[in-house]
Amino acid sequence: MKKENIKKPSFLFIGRNSAEGIFSKKNKKLLSDPLDDNNPITVQVLGICSALAITVQLKPAVVMTASVIFVMACSNVIISILRNLIPNRIRIIVFLVVISSLVALVDQFLKAYAYDVSKELSIFIGLIVTNCIVMGRLEAFALGNGVWKSFLDGIGNAIGYGVILILVAFFRELLGSGNLWGMQVVPDFLYESWYVNNGLMLLSPMALITVGVIIWIQRSFNKKLIEKG
Amino acid sequence: MWEDYANLFIKSIFIENMVFAYFLGMCSYLAISKTLKNGVGMGLAVIFVLTITVPLNYLIYDYLLVDGALSWIGPEYAELDLSFLSLIMFIAVIASMVQLVEMIVEKFSPALYGSLGIFLPLIAVNCAILGGSLFMQIKDFSGISEAAVYGFGSGVGWFLAIVAIAAIREKIAYSNVPAPLKGLGITFIITGLMALGFMSFMGIKL
Repeated sequence: MKKENIKKPSFLFIGRNSAEGIFSKKNKKLLSDPLDDNNPITVQVLGICSALAITVQLKPAVVMTASVIFVMACSNVIISILRNLIPNRIRIIVFLVVISSLVALVDQFLKAYAYDVSKELSIFIGLIVTNCIVMGRLEAFALGNGVWKSFLDGIGNAIGYGVILILVAFFRELLGSGNLWGMQVVPDFLYESWYVNNGLMLLSPMALITVGVIIWIQRSFNKKLIEKG
Repeated sequence: MWEDYANLFIKSIFIENMVFAYFLGMCSYLAISKTLKNGVGMGLAVIFVLTITVPLNYLIYDYLLVDGALSWIGPEYAELDLSFLSLIMFIAVIASMVQLVEMIVEKFSPALYGSLGIFLPLIAVNCAILGGSLFMQIKDFSGISEAAVYGFGSGVGWFLAIVAIAAIREKIAYSNVPAPLKGLGITFIITGLMALGFMSFMGIKL
């Protein structure tokens, strides 16, 4: 008889044959990798749609980051628990159902407790459903890894996404309207003498160019990310 | 009447272009624009699916989900407001429609399937598709034909954008771009400049 070689499901938070601790070196790498070497926006090119549209001000960007962290952590954990039960053919629809129920939760929560911000984000909270970061990480990671690792991967990627989001929003709000978090930071005497806000930064094309410049800077420091050809 | 449709059509292509004004569908826009041929295929698939799903979701939203929509069943249902379900409904409709369209195209037109086939599964997670339905919900169209025109127009706008960037990227392969800016970086900056160009349509009143 053929020896059965079926992978035993590891439903527990740590894989059953892994002697590694909760914060071993490998697990820490899951958290730190998406911040630079494997950043979801500048390297994996995932989740760009929402990253660009809501970075006019810092506040919506931070709210968006928090929502994405929540959705990614929860959906990664749920899919990782269910990964041995999901039939391969319908996995995309299962992903979509899990993600969209989580997003609907966030949407209703924001409408109840932060109505102004939710009006500002309009359809972009809903669009977390099709944010390719969430889908991409579910497909690439949570479907094949244990619960704790998937949780860390979700958090790490969401933070990597948030870092770029907040960076872009910081520059756009500072240069475009002289504010940070809705408060004026450029002193009045500068305005009186020569300084004028760069209104172009508030318009959508500058979001693209800002991200382009961030990619440029990151790749000139991190040479191994440079594309061939 | 026809003027309204024409206005909506032009507006959804140029003034409210999915890519340049709202950044929707950027992921596939960047990933599939390396060659013109793939860009055209993906653009056609987006037009196709948007034209089908936006009117379909309009019907579902208007007759099932919106506040008081269920009054056609009976007066006791007139109070129900199911609009919080719209997100899940829309995405389910899109995912199943894409699957259905894929099967139909495969059965009846193998040639079309050959050129569109590989792009169809990607469409379920293209934010331009869901975005079209969500904008439809916000814009409050008065009828299904308006929703259909809007869906078709947005699709054409997206098609234009991806064809343009694919053609530019094919040309730029021969240019001397600084190494760290190659590929993704320069594509972002070009898209920004193109969006700047499209902004000149913004003041037009139709």
